[in-house]
Amino acid sequence: MSMMGTRVVRTEDHKLITVGGSYVDDLREPDLDGAVHAMFVRSPVAHARVTAIDSREAARAPGVVAVLTAADLDLDPPGGDHAEPWLAGDAVRYVGQPVALVLTERRYQLADAAELVDVDYDPLPAVIDLDDALAGTTLLFPGTDSNVAKTHGKPFDESAFDGCEVVVTRRIVNQRVAPAPLEVRGAACAWGADGRLTMWLSTQNPQLARDAIAGGLGLDPTAMRLIAPDVGGGFGAKIGADPDPVVLGWAARHVGRPVRWSETRSENLTAMTHGRGQQQTITIGGSRDGTVRAFGLDVVQDGGAYPRLGTTLLPGMTTLMATGTYRIPRVEAYSRSVLTTTTPTAAYRGAGRPEATAAIERAMDLFATEIGMDPAEVRRRNLIGPDEFPYQTPTGATYDTGEYAAALDRVLAAADYDGLRAEQTRRRAAGDPVVLGLGLASYVEITAGDAGGESGRMTVEPDGSVTAWTGSSPHGQGHATSFAMVLADQLGIPMERITVRHGDTDEVAKAVGTFGSRSLQLGGSAMRQAGDEVIEKARQLAAEAVEASVDDIELNTDDGAWQVRGAPSGAISWAQLAARAGDGALSADVWYSDAKPTFPFGAHLAVVEVDTGTGKVVLRRLIAVDDAGPVVNPLAFEGQRHGGLAQGAAQALLEEMTYDADGNPTTGTLADYEFISATELPDFELLDMATPTTLNPLGVKGIGEAATIGSTPAVQNAVVDALSHLGVRHVDMPAGPQRVWQAISDANRRV
Amino acid sequence: MIPATLSYRRASSVDEALGMLAEHGEDAKLLAGGHSLLPLMKLRLAAPEVVVDIGRIEELRYVRTEGDVVAIGAMTRHHDLHTDGVAGREVPLVAHVAGEVGDPQVRHRGTIGGSLAHGDPAADLPAAVLACDATLVARGPDGAREIPAAEFFAGLFTTALGPDEILTEIRVPRAADRGWGFEKFTRRRFDWSIVGVAVLGGSPTQPAVGLVNMGEAPIRATAVERALAAGATPAEAAEHAAEGTSPPDEPHASAGYRRHLATVLTARALERAAGGSPAGL
Amino acid sequence: MRVTIEVNGRRTEEEVEDRTLLVHHLRDTLGLTATNIGCDTTSCGACTVLVDGESVKSCTVLAAQADGAAVTTVEGLAEGETLHPVQQAFQDHHGLQCGFCTPGMIMAAVSLLEANPRPTREDVRTGLEGNLCRCTGYHNIVDAVVAASGQEVPR
Ligand SMILES: Cc1cc2nc3c(=O)[nH]c(=O)nc-3n(C[C@H](O)[C@H](O)[C@H](O)COP(=O)(O)OP(=O)(O)OC[C@H]3O[C@@H](n4cnc5c(N)ncnc54)[C@H](O)[C@@H]3O)c2cc1C
Ligand code: FES
Ligand code: FES
Repeated sequence: MSMMGTRVVRTEDHKLITVGGSYVDDLREPDLDGAVHAMFVRSPVAHARVTAIDSREAARAPGVVAVLTAADLDLDPPGGDHAEPWLAGDAVRYVGQPVALVLTERRYQLADAAELVDVDYDPLPAVIDLDDALAGTTLLFPGTDSNVAKTHGKPFDESAFDGCEVVVTRRIVNQRVAPAPLEVRGAACAWGADGRLTMWLSTQNPQLARDAIAGGLGLDPTAMRLIAPDVGGGFGAKIGADPDPVVLGWAARHVGRPVRWSETRSENLTAMTHGRGQQQTITIGGSRDGTVRAFGLDVVQDGGAYPRLGTTLLPGMTTLMATGTYRIPRVEAYSRSVLTTTTPTAAYRGAGRPEATAAIERAMDLFATEIGMDPAEVRRRNLIGPDEFPYQTPTGATYDTGEYAAALDRVLAAADYDGLRAEQTRRRAAGDPVVLGLGLASYVEITAGDAGGESGRMTVEPDGSVTAWTGSSPHGQGHATSFAMVLADQLGIPMERITVRHGDTDEVAKAVGTFGSRSLQLGGSAMRQAGDEVIEKARQLAAEAVEASVDDIELNTDDGAWQVRGAPSGAISWAQLAARAGDGALSADVWYSDAKPTFPFGAHLAVVEVDTGTGKVVLRRLIAVDDAGPVVNPLAFEGQRHGGLAQGAAQALLEEMTYDADGNPTTGTLADYEFISATELPDFELLDMATPTTLNPLGVKGIGEAATIGSTPAVQNAVVDALSHLGVRHVDMPAGPQRVWQAISDANRRV
Repeated sequence: MIPATLSYRRASSVDEALGMLAEHGEDAKLLAGGHSLLPLMKLRLAAPEVVVDIGRIEELRYVRTEGDVVAIGAMTRHHDLHTDGVAGREVPLVAHVAGEVGDPQVRHRGTIGGSLAHGDPAADLPAAVLACDATLVARGPDGAREIPAAEFFAGLFTTALGPDEILTEIRVPRAADRGWGFEKFTRRRFDWSIVGVAVLGGSPTQPAVGLVNMGEAPIRATAVERALAAGATPAEAAEHAAEGTSPPDEPHASAGYRRHLATVLTARALERAAGGSPAGL
Repeated sequence: MRVTIEVNGRRTEEEVEDRTLLVHHLRDTLGLTATNIGCDTTSCGACTVLVDGESVKSCTVLAAQADGAAVTTVEGLAEGETLHPVQQAFQDHHGLQCGFCTPGMIMAAVSLLEANPRPTREDVRTGLEGNLCRCTGYHNIVDAVVAASGQEVPR
């Protein structure tokens, strides 16, 4: 019987719950013996000219091995327009930008010495507000004529809304958030006697990181080995490598000793890239019968100080996915990425798509309220039907498969939507100070949107066990279990006998890695393809062994026995075949390149209570359909959904990275940043639905980000819905109590 | 982050601790549970050269009735106070508030003495102690003195304690028959109060109202107490909760919002106090 | 100074800098790296261990303060090959993903169950309020702790 779709307990867990993972800071590799400890001195100001750095006193502090600044670095500057320098040279552009590197003998000496590095900053005006940034009064990069670093789509054509009976427009914020994986960034590195650099890095993509770091150091990628040990979460912010490890690799060469680095959480919150950060103007037009005819999305993306993915790529995802699950004939989607004196923005779980979904889902509610129609009904009238796939959107996406209305109906039924509406009405009528709000989101997103390939390699060992290597290096998703399940199912070899390895560029030289919910569809498909190739090799060998025709040989996937069709006696085992094939011959090494994006979808319904006295919102229920096709391991699948739901709700209710007008972060420690905890979340109500795609051999779509995408607008819509009877039409995220109370007060004043 | 270099001294008695304070003078800082001091030291916002650990002084860990009061040793941890049978029965407001501080781990380390001595306007226990009209006992080189709670909190992170004094005991009038209410308003459950209100209701005095985070120091809502004394209903009286306060003005919670919260929470705490006591307010 | 701590039932005696935090003492001096550090503001609970049976955040305790105490880390929970019920339940209910919060979360759960052997789901949530997890959304952690208490987990 196939184990696909069964709840398989993860093979990763035993170590993690008994002796703990081996995260970078835990490594005790002999290669790191005698390592010096590293700490970056980071800019405490948002925007300034650096006029002098005096490290003499720091250099004399106990245990200091070196204090290094841009003046010491003999590396080529990083490529790309306005790229962040390895260490700040004559200017700093955000609080947290690395300015110097302190190396000490012991960990405890770092902060003592770093405090003594004396940097003179000649302040320049901070650029925080996006409108100010657009106006360009202060330019981040002298010599340019604008802070706009990139645009996506084409400028807005107002005529799109001509002839619409109803047009609603609103400016909304999709706020900047901190990815905040629980493990901060860290690295360790050592140069070998052979001149090769080995680096351990907390990264989602060892191979991309190797290429970036080797590039920065002027090395050929083969002169570097990069290992991702256990990684304590990434959520997009550990894609590839930041500039910091390049400096570490260089420093290790400079001082001739291994180097270890682990940032503090307070550093992490300002120095690791942030996510989201869009100001959106949404315009929706249609007729009073509920038909939406045109949608406009005008985005100003906060790129932060130096262009990263948040500037260059993600807003393009937002404009691509602008129309969501709806059949909307006219769409105007445009984005300008503007630089500000803040932490650069890059990917965070969903990366461009949550922003799109939040915009369209807010717009649908605004439209529904305007025409006085139930939001579920408005959605139903505009959803793309199951018979319309593949569906080509006006923005250029081709949705593969979907059952959007079915997903919506399922959450409505499971929630008892009508009953909840009745309860809402009852409370309002009774003047209950605690009001009820229902929020809906219908979403579709794009996974494996990078359209890159992925590697998969496997070999059947002489004892019949399997070693497999995936390029998809995980950080909590449980690939070792899921990919072993894929192979076990295919080969009939028990999971316990399958070892999935990843994360070491000397074992897997070419790969893309884990982001964009791509792992199972690409990495898993690569595994499957490798399995297929090995099966064909094995079939040949088996045919030779039993002297039968290849066409008559079959694999019994229940027990992994090769046999002549219909003649189980005389079957040959994998071990026998592997022995027969000789050392490592029963192997395959594939690059799965048939990678097309898929479009998972779903519907979420959030129920909130709002205390109108204080503005406090309590999330009571979160009901979700997240359809990503067939499920390999429901345990892992549900785990991904849970995590996504929590992070989505966190954005809606709690989390925001904020700066004051001078560019000082005001949520720069974990005491201030409202990272969601167990007490702010309900039990999640997950509903199953699985619509396969035809675009990969497993039929799967990505699940890593999906739930984040739906839950954010569902929760936000619920907050607005709770207050709609007061005349509230919108509350920006996060819907913290002060903001909600303000909305209530403003509404009361209007009445 | 890690604290700056320090030298650690552990005292096993109050006398020994006083001796160490005398020896090191300005350079020394008392360390109780360490859950206000160590976070500051880790961020290098405090850097005492010597810390005198008084957290393990057994003679300062107790909860017992002494006549009309419950005497609480200053090194009693929040968790122990919260779960103490005597405290729960005789001074339920204080016992309850101890259970609302931070999270379980914090409550396993932090002490009531440290919490009061720190003088943090955002801390919860000071408001409770104020509402209960407790008396704080300090020992210094010249012996012990008693300080009424109302005179203890002097300003932002400042108290009536001298640098050579140790808070040893908190004497809380027994109030088993009095209603009480505590409203702690936070974004996440374990956060510090944005605003908090502690009410001790009933006879023999009028209800007493203590406010968390409504000024530079923990304060009493005297305007509310006056209004109640003058015969206002709890709802009417609560409208005065923000009078004379100067709450912090922060992006996520403006002073105006805090004033509003103070009135709403005071009304709720008064209501709860009335409900919780047979004698009513 | 010299600190003597019984760690996971084993007596340890080491010379440390006075300012050494217990978490660094465990990780760097004693080599017990399961206990993680997730913040510098006593906010995340990743560093949670038991000191004399109670959960504490070991990043906010000096090793010197724990002198003479008994400390339990996740490494000391299992009895040989037999997992502690909380460990077993975390695995069975997929209460962990990246595993970084897990040692601290498990120790907080052990302490919680010590104080409240049959917690409701709400009790579990409030009992774990000092521990942050970025991956799981907490749902399965609540399942795991309820299961570890011997109660039925609704599905
Ligand atoms: C994550 C976290 C969350 C928290 N949340 C809350 C909260 O919600 N509400 C709240 O009220 N508190 C909160 N706290 C603070 C906690 O309650 C502290 O334990 C308390 O404020 C200080 O007590 P302590 O015993 O830890 O004192 P310490 O930190 O040891 O000392 C605090 C100060 O008081 C001085 N001191 C200590 N004892 C004495 C004494 N006997 N005599 C004279 N001076 C003394 C010290 O020198 C120091 O200056 C939180 C702390 C943390 C780390
Ligand atoms: S490391 Fe975050 S609380 Fe200790
Ligand atoms: S499992 Fe990753 S932080 Fe909890």
